[in-house]
Amino acid sequence: MSDSTLTHADHAHAHPPYQRHHFETMQQQVDATGFAMWLFLLTEIMFFGGMFTAYLIYRNWYYPAFVAASHQLNIFWGSLNTLILISSSFTMAMGVWSAQMRKQGALVLCLVLTFILGLGFLGIKTIEYKEKFEKHHVPGAHYSLQSFLNPDSDAEAKAAGDKPLPLDMARHTEIYFSLYFAMTGMHALHMIIGICLLGYMIVRARQGAYTGGHISFVEYFGLYWHFVDIVWIFLFPLLYLISRHQ
Amino acid sequence: MSEHNVHHDPHAPADHDDALEGHIVSPVVYIVIFFALLVGTALTIAASYVEMGPWNPIVAIAIAVTKATLVVLFFMHVKYSPKLTKLTVGAGLFTFLVLIFMTLSDYISRAWGRW
Amino acid sequence: MSSATIVSLPDQSTARIPKTNFLSKENGILSWLLTGDHKRIAILYLISITFFFAIGGSLAGLIRLELLTPQSDLMATDTYNKVFTMHGIIMIFLFLVPSVPATLGNFLMPIMIGAKDLALPKINLLSWYLYVAGGILVLYTMMTGGVDTGWTFTTPLSTHYVNTNVLSTGLAIFIAGFSSIFTGLNFIVTIHKMRAPGMTWFRLPLFVWSNYAASILMVLGTPVLAIAIVLVALERTIGIGVFDPTKGGDPLLFQHLFWFYSHPAVYIMILPGMGVISEVISTFARKRVFGYTAVAFSSVAIAVFGFFVWEHHMFIMGVSNYSTLVFSLLTMLVAVPSAIKIFNWAFTLYKGSITFETPMLYAFGFMGLFTIGGLTGVFLASTGTDIHLTETYFIVAHFHFVMVGGMLMAFLAGIHFWWPKITGRMYPEKISQLAAVVTFIGFNLTFFPQFILGELGMPRRYASYPEEFQILNVFSTAGATVLGVGYLLPILYLTWSLKYGDIAGSNPWQATGLEWQIQSPPLTENFAEIPIVDHDAYDYEWLEKKQKEEQEVSSVG
Repeated sequence: MSDSTLTHADHAHAHPPYQRHHFETMQQQVDATGFAMWLFLLTEIMFFGGMFTAYLIYRNWYYPAFVAASHQLNIFWGSLNTLILISSSFTMAMGVWSAQMRKQGALVLCLVLTFILGLGFLGIKTIEYKEKFEKHHVPGAHYSLQSFLNPDSDAEAKAAGDKPLPLDMARHTEIYFSLYFAMTGMHALHMIIGICLLGYMIVRARQGAYTGGHISFVEYFGLYWHFVDIVWIFLFPLLYLISRHQ
Repeated sequence: MSEHNVHHDPHAPADHDDALEGHIVSPVVYIVIFFALLVGTALTIAASYVEMGPWNPIVAIAIAVTKATLVVLFFMHVKYSPKLTKLTVGAGLFTFLVLIFMTLSDYISRAWGRW
Repeated sequence: MSSATIVSLPDQSTARIPKTNFLSKENGILSWLLTGDHKRIAILYLISITFFFAIGGSLAGLIRLELLTPQSDLMATDTYNKVFTMHGIIMIFLFLVPSVPATLGNFLMPIMIGAKDLALPKINLLSWYLYVAGGILVLYTMMTGGVDTGWTFTTPLSTHYVNTNVLSTGLAIFIAGFSSIFTGLNFIVTIHKMRAPGMTWFRLPLFVWSNYAASILMVLGTPVLAIAIVLVALERTIGIGVFDPTKGGDPLLFQHLFWFYSHPAVYIMILPGMGVISEVISTFARKRVFGYTAVAFSSVAIAVFGFFVWEHHMFIMGVSNYSTLVFSLLTMLVAVPSAIKIFNWAFTLYKGSITFETPMLYAFGFMGLFTIGGLTGVFLASTGTDIHLTETYFIVAHFHFVMVGGMLMAFLAGIHFWWPKITGRMYPEKISQLAAVVTFIGFNLTFFPQFILGELGMPRRYASYPEEFQILNVFSTAGATVLGVGYLLPILYLTWSLKYGDIAGSNPWQATGLEWQIQSPPLTENFAEIPIVDHDAYDYEWLEKKQKEEQEVSSVG
C-alpha cells in the first residue's frame, strides 16, 4: 500500500512499530482511533434506533396482540440468554483488563470464555427460532394465527391463560413477530460478526499481539461487544417481558 | 519502549497511569457491576409478573436504562474517559431520543380532535 | 468583467511543476487503487463523481426532452418514472452527497488543519470502494430495468405495488450510505485530534467548520436511512408487515425513518458548499469573513436543527395536524442560520476589494440563487401554502435552486478555486468566466419557469401535462440545453489545462490558509514539517508580512 512515509532520517525519535506515520505521537493515534470507534458505535445506536421507534409505535397501537405474541417467547431461554450475555460482557471486560496488565494467559482465557458464551447465546437463539418456525410464527406466507384465535390449542398461550383475540388484533401479532425477528436477527448478526472477530483475536492473542502494550484492538472490540450487550438489555424486557401477569 | 512487567495487586485501586493503555479499572469494580446487572435482570423478570398498570413498562425501561448505564460507565470505561467521549455518547443518545420522541409526536397526536 | 485581478503567477518561462509531489511520488495503477493518500483518494472520487454526474445529467436531458410536449410521446410513462427516479438517486447519492466532502474535503481538510493525512487513511480508501460498489449496483439497476418509485421509495408503492429493481437500488444506497458514514467519521476524528500546534478551533478555516457540521449529520443520520432500506427489503421479500396497512403496519413510518435522514441529507449536501463560499468570498474580496464566530456556529446550528424538521416533507401524507404545527415552526427556525451566513457573506463583500475571477462568479451566483431557493423554502415550511405547492413543480424548482443553483455552483467554485493547488496548473480564465455566466443564465432559464409552473398547478413526476403549461416547459428545456453547455465546458477546459494550463505556483490567489503556503501540487505528506499556527484564519496582514519577508529573503545577496 502506498504510504506517506517520510524518510526515517527525518524522525527525531523512534516510534513503536504499530504507530502509523501520519500520527505525530502514539497518544494521538490512540486518542484518534478510540474516538473513531465511539463514533462508529453512534451509528449503531441510530441504526437500531429505527427499529426501536417502530416497536414503540406498534406496541402502543396493538398492545393486546403484543402481549399475546410475547407469551410465545420462552422466558427461560430469554433469561438464560440475558445471563449469558451479561457474563460475556464481564469476561470481555476482564479480557481488556488482562491485556492492560499484559497477562497473556488470562487474556486468552477471557477471550475464549467470551467466545463460548457468545456461541451459547446463538445456540439458544437457534432453538428459539426453530420453535417459531415450527409453530408457523415466522412472518410471511406461512404465518398462522391459530395460537391467537384459539389459545387452548397452543401450549404456551394456554399456560399464560390467554383469551382468544379478535381476528384483526390477531393479525397484528404478525407485526410483533416481524419486529422480533428484525431486531433479534439484526442483533444476532452483530453477535456473529463479533464471534468471528473473537476467533481472530484469540489466535492473535496467543501470538502475544495484544500484551505488548498495544491493546487497541481488544479495547475497541470490547466496546463493540458491550454495545451489543446493551442492545439485548433493552430487547429482553421489550420483547419477552411485556406482561407476564394477567 | 521499555519493557515493564506490572505487578499490581488486582484488588488495589487503579493507579497505573500508562495513558496508552487507558485507565485500568480494577476487577473488583467489574465483579460488583456484574452482580448488579444480575440483580437487575432478576428484578425485571420478577416485575413483569406483577400487575402495576401503566407502571409496568416504566419500571422495565428504568431497570434497562440503569443496567445499560452501568455497562456504559464501567464496562465501557466512560466514567474514566475524557470529556469528549462523554460528549459523544451524549450526542448519540440525544439524537436517538429525537428520533423516537419526535416521530412519536405524530403518532400520539393523530387521534386528537379534528380541525 | 473587471480587468483587475488578484492572480499572481510565477514567471511562466522559468516556472515548473515541482518535481516531487503527490502525483509523481509513485506510478502505476496499484499505487492509486491501494493508496492511503487522502489527495489521491480525493482525485479518485472526483473522477467517479464526474462520471455519475454525466449519467445523471443525461437522464435530466431525457426528462426535459420528454417535457417539451404535453403528451407522453418520447417514452412510455413507466419509462419516464424510471428516468426521473434514477436521475434523483444518482444526483443525490452518487453526486451531491459526496461532491464537496469527498473531493475537496478529502483533499484539503488535512492540509487546512496542518495534518499529514486523515486520521484513518485505510477507512478513507474503503469509503471510496464502497462508493464505487454502490455506483456499480446503480448501473446494474439501470441496465436491468431501472426502478420507478421516485428517489423517495414511498411505501406501500415500493414495497407492494412495483416489480422493478427496488432491492438492488436499496442495496446500492445502503452501501453508498456507509461510504458517506465512514467519510464523516474520518473527518470528525481528524478535526478533533489532528490539528497542528496552535490551530485552535476558532482559527480553523470556515471550510473545515462546514465539513465538520456535515460530517456530524453523515454519522448520525445515515444509519436511519440504512434501517429504513433494510425494512423495505424485508417487507418486499418476506412480507413482514411493518409498512403494510393490511397487516396493521403504517406506511408513514417508512417516511418518518426515510426523511429523518433525507432532510439532514440536504444539509450534508449544502454545508460543505457553504464552506467553499466562505473561502472564495474572503479571498476575492481580500477581507476576512465578517462574523467568523457566527458563521462557524451557524454551521453547527444548521446541523443540529436539521434533525428536528423532517416532517415538513410529509405535511400532506396523513400525519397529525398538531405535529405539522410543531415541525412547521421548527422549519422556519432552521432557515435562520442559513440566512445568517448570507448576511455575513454580504458584509464580507462590503468595502472589500472585489475581483471577478471565475470562483467569485460562481460564488455570486450561489448567493443569489441559494437565497431564492431558501426563500421559496419558507413557502413550503408554512403548512398552509405547502398543501398547494407540494408535489408540484414548485418543489422541483425549490430544491434545484438550492441544490444546483446553490450546491453545484459552490462545487464548481471550489473546483476552480483549488484546481491550481490540486494540479499545479491554472485553468483558462476567459472561457471559464464564460462558462460560469452561461451556467447562470441556463440555470435561471431552466428552473425559474418551474416555480411558475408549480404555482399554476403542474404536478411533478408526470410525463404528460395540460396544454397550457407547454410554453413554460419549452423555456425550461431550452434553458437546460444552455445549462448543459455550461457544465460541459469545464470538463473540457479543465482537462485541457492539465497539460497546457499556466503553471500556478503555490499561491496564485494570494490567499491565506495553510494549503496556499505549500507547493502546488502538494507533497504526499503535505508539509515538510508540521507548521505551528500563530494567526487567525483570513489574516491578510499576516499574509502580507509573510510575503514581504519572503521577498526580502529572495532579494538579499
